[in-house]
Amino acid sequence: MAATDVDVFLNEEKRNLNLGGHVGFDSLPDQLVSKSVTQGFCFNILCVGETGIGKSTLMNTLFNTMFENEEASHYQNSVYLRPRTYDLQESNVHLKLTIVDTVGFGDQINKEFSYKPIVDYIDTQFENYLQEELKIKRSLFNYHDTRIHICLYFISPTGHSLKSLDLVTMKKLDSKVNIIPIIAKADTISKSELHKFKIKIMSELVSNGVQIYQFPTDDEAVSEINASMNAHLPFAVVGSVEEVKVGNKTVRARQYPWGVVQVENESHCDFVKLREMLIRVNMEDLREQTHARHYELYRRCKLEEMGFKDTDPDSQPFSLQETYEAKRKEFLGDLQRKEEEMRQMFVNKVKETEAELKEKERELHDKFEQLKRMHQEEKRKVEEKRRDLEEELNAFNRKKVAAETLSLSQPLKKDKDKKN
Amino acid sequence: MIERPEAAVPSIAQRNLEGYVGFANLPNQVYRKSVKRGFEFTLMVVGESGLGKSTLINSLFLTDLYSKDYPGPSQRIKKTVQVEQSKVLIKEGGVQLTLTIVDTPGFGDAVDNSNCWQPVINYIDSKCEDFLNAESRVNRRSMPDNRVHCCLYFIAPSGHGLKPLDIEFMKRLHDKVNVIPLIAKADTLTPEECQLFKKQIMKEIQEHKIKIYEFPDTEDDEDNKLIRKIKEKMPLAVVGSNVVIEVNGKKVRGRQYPWGVAEVENGEHCDFTVLRNMLIRTHMQDLKDVTNNVHYENYRSKKLAAVTCNGVDTTKTKGQLTKSPLAQMEEERGDHVTKMKKMEAEMEQVFEMKVKEKKQKLKDSEAELERRHEMMKRNLEAQYKELEEKRRVYEDEKANWEAQQRILEQQKLDASKTMEKNKKKGKIF
Repeated sequence: MAATDVDVFLNEEKRNLNLGGHVGFDSLPDQLVSKSVTQGFCFNILCVGETGIGKSTLMNTLFNTMFENEEASHYQNSVYLRPRTYDLQESNVHLKLTIVDTVGFGDQINKEFSYKPIVDYIDTQFENYLQEELKIKRSLFNYHDTRIHICLYFISPTGHSLKSLDLVTMKKLDSKVNIIPIIAKADTISKSELHKFKIKIMSELVSNGVQIYQFPTDDEAVSEINASMNAHLPFAVVGSVEEVKVGNKTVRARQYPWGVVQVENESHCDFVKLREMLIRVNMEDLREQTHARHYELYRRCKLEEMGFKDTDPDSQPFSLQETYEAKRKEFLGDLQRKEEEMRQMFVNKVKETEAELKEKERELHDKFEQLKRMHQEEKRKVEEKRRDLEEELNAFNRKKVAAETLSLSQPLKKDKDKKN
Repeated sequence: MIERPEAAVPSIAQRNLEGYVGFANLPNQVYRKSVKRGFEFTLMVVGESGLGKSTLINSLFLTDLYSKDYPGPSQRIKKTVQVEQSKVLIKEGGVQLTLTIVDTPGFGDAVDNSNCWQPVINYIDSKCEDFLNAESRVNRRSMPDNRVHCCLYFIAPSGHGLKPLDIEFMKRLHDKVNVIPLIAKADTLTPEECQLFKKQIMKEIQEHKIKIYEFPDTEDDEDNKLIRKIKEKMPLAVVGSNVVIEVNGKKVRGRQYPWGVAEVENGEHCDFTVLRNMLIRTHMQDLKDVTNNVHYENYRSKKLAAVTCNGVDTTKTKGQLTKSPLAQMEEERGDHVTKMKKMEAEMEQVFEMKVKEKKQKLKDSEAELERRHEMMKRNLEAQYKELEEKRRVYEDEKANWEAQQRILEQQKLDASKTMEKNKKKGKIF
């Protein structure tokens, strides 16, 4: 390491000191805030609910603007998610708002897997963030965060209880995202029915172990209002972008023959409560919870799945370097093994084939040996025959010669006789 | 049935709000949460002993961080350079700040100061490493930020220029930490001397390409004017004091001389207030951000690149560094699979070729042997035929000769019979 001795004195004792005047670090929160304002904020809302339940209208009402609106048909094959991003500005605050719609939710005959595209979308956003976080050269501070900060779950105003689809879906989502359940089209339920409905819903959620988002009560500035709002869940909302004249004011409302339902009238519906909680009071907390709780859970599961651990078998903490090096060694070993296996397979194949071919060669050799022997045999026979013939020929020649010498002496006698 | 794919990258549209929504309150929410969390800041002071480092810290934070019980670095010199930290908790206006002051007793005080910056570098790196490990754990809980956010480097007021040690130190640390050079004990320089000294220092800093902390430009023109004014004053000439003196009825921090009082917070006497405003009141957050986004990320990417490439291959392209080590391993795995497939195909090819060759050889060999065998057979057959022919000829000859002999024999027999007859007849005559 260093040429000089390194003696790092780590004093962890924290002394409380009093200041003798105004130093000025009380401006730190302002410095932080001004930085974030310059950077801009980002907020992502997921709306889950059946087709036609009022998701788009509610978004338009909440943000006082007309977002892109395509009326969805009821004939979607499966649920798909449609994210849309908008740049909004209010005084000096820039907000990158992404609204994700679940198109086709609740329309299929078999809704067993309706929740899946939603869960997949949420996981994909976490995964993208995790990948960015794990990069070697990364830029987290200007990364467009697409993780869902809040899921507004739209409950049908049946007045009775939650549908099983609602329970199943919310149960699958509660560990991945902050859920605020809302009762849609609340202008179709009377006050007394609404009260009973809310109690029924909350008790069903509790008995099924569904964790919905609780407005935080640890900060004294907002604990009171948050606590009281928690008691009003689920919010019964009405959305409208149409304006109706009531008295001498023009308000957003829905006009019926029997009266006007005013969106921003707290005795008509909980819209104002929702807006208050979602946007004006707890937006930052929702972002924090998503990052500190839901994302961390996803990250932890993902890393454990990939085989990362925090401590080795001796319970000594791993440093990042050790972890990566271990993974890398394992990985390289794996690759090497595969290579070895393949080579070995080839060596075996070659051996086998060699043996086969040798066998064939031997057979061939044997065959020809046999033929050669046969041939030798034949040759021998021919030789024998030749010898025999030769012998006979010789014998015959001898006979001939003998006969000839005999006949040579005979004719003399004849001549003699003739003379007489 | 309509099937629509999920939009990959959402296009961003502008929208105007037609009424008050309320997210303008978001900054307040952020404010509240940050106050609740509290703040941390680590400040490092480096310089030879006796340059007034402890006094300056006490003056900056208006507290007795260094005192008789907690002596400053110049009182604690040991044989070798040490790097030591002290943590204090200070509160102001509801804001809690955990301030860590890191000092380096013994820096530059030895006869041979080679490598006296190494302990400092090691300290900074070890804090980055701690943060990296904490950030990379599977179970992440609170990640305390102990990284060094700012390093105040004290230059002795020689009036001439930087010393070799100053240059060496700043060069080695400028890409690891925010370096802010200060002219210490500025009350030994007259304003003109100070101006010249500052110019000389800045010239040398530029010559040696030392990157000291730079103030970021803001969108606000007014702020930018102020920032430019501060930039012209760099490096800041400071004076510190632990003593409060009464001047013209006011109680001020200052240094009492027979010829007057040098006031610490007087802008005409020194740049202390500029330093304090910049360091604490306006740019403390930016110092933390630059440390996090630039210095720490540099450290991290170097560290991870070393782990991934095992420090062997220095020819890695930039493209490979934009992935996480895991993604890189996956890519390498993919590459390896392709390589193996190719190798397998090649080996297969070679194998097939060799087998074909051998088989061909075998075939040729067989053909050759067949051919020879055929030839020999024909040869033998020819011999046989020849033999047959010879025999036939012989047989014919023999048959002829035998027939001839038989005739001769017969003739002889006839002749001898006639002779016998004649003999008998001859006698009668």
